[in-house]
Amino acid sequence: MKKVPDRLPTFVPGLDALTDGGLPRGRTTLIVGGPGCGKTILALQVLVEGARRAREPGIFVAFEERAREIVKDAGVFGWDLPRLQKDRLFFLDAHLDSSTVHGGAFDLAGLLAGLSAKARQLGARRIVFDGIDKLLAHLDDPAAERLELLRLQQWLYESGLSGIITAKAEQVDPTHSQRYGFLQYLADCVVLLQHRLVDTVASRHFQILKYRGAKASCNEFPMVLSDRGVEIARYAADSLDHQVSTERISSGVPDLDAMLGGGYFRGASILISGAPGTAKSTLAAEFADAACRRRENTLFVSFDEGSAQIVRNLHSVGIRLDRHLKSGRLHIHSTNARARTAEEHLLQIRSLIESHRSRCLVIDPLSALTGTVGGLEARSNLERFIALERNLNITTLATSLLEGFSEAHETATSAGVSTLVDTWIHLSYVIQGGERNRALTIVKSRGMGHSNQVRELLLTNRGPSLSDVYTAGGAVLMGTLRWEREEQERAARLQEGRAFEERQRVTEDSVADVSSRMEALRRERDEKERDLKRMRAARTGDVGTGATRVGEIGRMRRGRANPKGTGPARPPRRKP
Amino acid sequence: MKVESTRRAAHGGREPLSLRLYVVGEAPNSAAAIRNLEILFPGGESSGQPVEIEIVDLLREPLRGLADGLILSPTLVRLAPPPVRRVVGNLSNHGAVLLALGIVP
Repeated sequence: MKKVPDRLPTFVPGLDALTDGGLPRGRTTLIVGGPGCGKTILALQVLVEGARRAREPGIFVAFEERAREIVKDAGVFGWDLPRLQKDRLFFLDAHLDSSTVHGGAFDLAGLLAGLSAKARQLGARRIVFDGIDKLLAHLDDPAAERLELLRLQQWLYESGLSGIITAKAEQVDPTHSQRYGFLQYLADCVVLLQHRLVDTVASRHFQILKYRGAKASCNEFPMVLSDRGVEIARYAADSLDHQVSTERISSGVPDLDAMLGGGYFRGASILISGAPGTAKSTLAAEFADAACRRRENTLFVSFDEGSAQIVRNLHSVGIRLDRHLKSGRLHIHSTNARARTAEEHLLQIRSLIESHRSRCLVIDPLSALTGTVGGLEARSNLERFIALERNLNITTLATSLLEGFSEAHETATSAGVSTLVDTWIHLSYVIQGGERNRALTIVKSRGMGHSNQVRELLLTNRGPSLSDVYTAGGAVLMGTLRWEREEQERAARLQEGRAFEERQRVTEDSVADVSSRMEALRRERDEKERDLKRMRAARTGDVGTGATRVGEIGRMRRGRANPKGTGPARPPRRKP
Repeated sequence: MKVESTRRAAHGGREPLSLRLYVVGEAPNSAAAIRNLEILFPGGESSGQPVEIEIVDLLREPLRGLADGLILSPTLVRLAPPPVRRVVGNLSNHGAVLLALGIVP
């Protein structure tokens, strides 16, 4: 079996994972660093968490600060030290009075004898010597320093306690001074803490310089001091495996959902990049609004504007966030990007997500977290952030200011962010025909078929919508040009309609004409038929009734001779 | 205590010098400190002033050292007359020790 040094879990977030289980148990760890870099807090945290979570009593020997002050200051982190002091923690005020008279050589034997007794009484497993440099300064002699350090190490070794010694480093490079050289030689594990300005923002860094008998990452990691104590920010993405979802959720813009083939994936990370004013925030707000309407708690982190300003501005494009704010569904967290380090922002966002139980997250803009420095630090920040939200299955939409679209710009301004996100939507301006119009492109979207089309993004008072664009001669038409084109088409359609109507009317007319002509002809035919009938009838009468007619004529004639004759006409007398 | 010292002053007698020495068993610095006290105050007095010395062995009473705020050993404490004064070390620097105890050599 491989011999792995026994580990002392520190319960400091990030530290145990980084050191494969914690600091060396039963050995000595040295924490070196300049003033104010968090040595005391880190050491105290290991002690407090050990007492709280592992129920390992501990002793804190304070050479530099007053124990009373340390206990009081620790209240900030929510550590209930007075309660722990009852049975599990012991603070020794070892503040050395500078007025103490030195009357010859001295040693730590008395202190260590006392500590041995206390450790037995308490059942202590952990001990911190905070500010050993203060003690060493009293010795005034390198040989005496070494002797006492050796005594301390020997005592630690025999006591079986896991020791943490903190020492202030005066030099810029603390690893090169003689004192620390010896201290480092004595310690089994050496941790260097640094506090420096990165791009005018103070940031803390954690580095393991040495870990005897174990492989530990010697990289430098950001360290954050929050209201819960120290946290080491490591690359959380030890494994890229995380739960994936096929559930689609709306982007808040139906047209965009259609382009994405149904919306974003739940738990995905979405980046909306674009030049200033390309409505990145509006799209982000639509996403937030849709999430709230689905009754999902949503956290909106803004590094640009205050809550009231956001609500007002979005109201003008028809997005009403005030009601979600009122219901508590939406939480807007406005903060100044410069006020903290990216690490601290991430930590704060994480605790907000926890307390608000958010399922969707909007970061506007992301640059506050990637930093303006770019490079490795920014990328690791983001990797950790994305890993975080993936693990929690939180859908995150972030905006990013991106002027151009070139490779150089991408690497410089978004720190290669685009390779980390699942869906990347780019908004740009297209200048054409004296106009500036917004164009939307889906650059990539993992795991889904998506439209390759460039669309024009229209902002109406009913929210954003996407319009089909016209491609003419290889160019995409937008704005007025698109409108003109649409008008042309509309006119053409209108004209076509009119022509049809005309043709229809003409045909109808001719039908009517034919009908009327048919009617006339029918009448004419009827007339002729009647004539024909009459003619036929007349001819039949001549043949059958001729005598009558003659007689009639005769009567008529007689009538003329005898006009008064009323009786039947007497046949005419025939001449003898 | 204060009353007592006033009474002593009224009697014209000199107030005894009350000292306590914390040692760690037979450790070299501790043993040296005891020897140096014997040299500094032979016969238990300093120029006619009585010197009372209490020796506390931290190996026997380890928690007492913590309670008394003892960090470095050996440590000599002047308990009386007030104010309380502390001298750390094996007391080999006699001049510094006497000065700290308020005794002009």
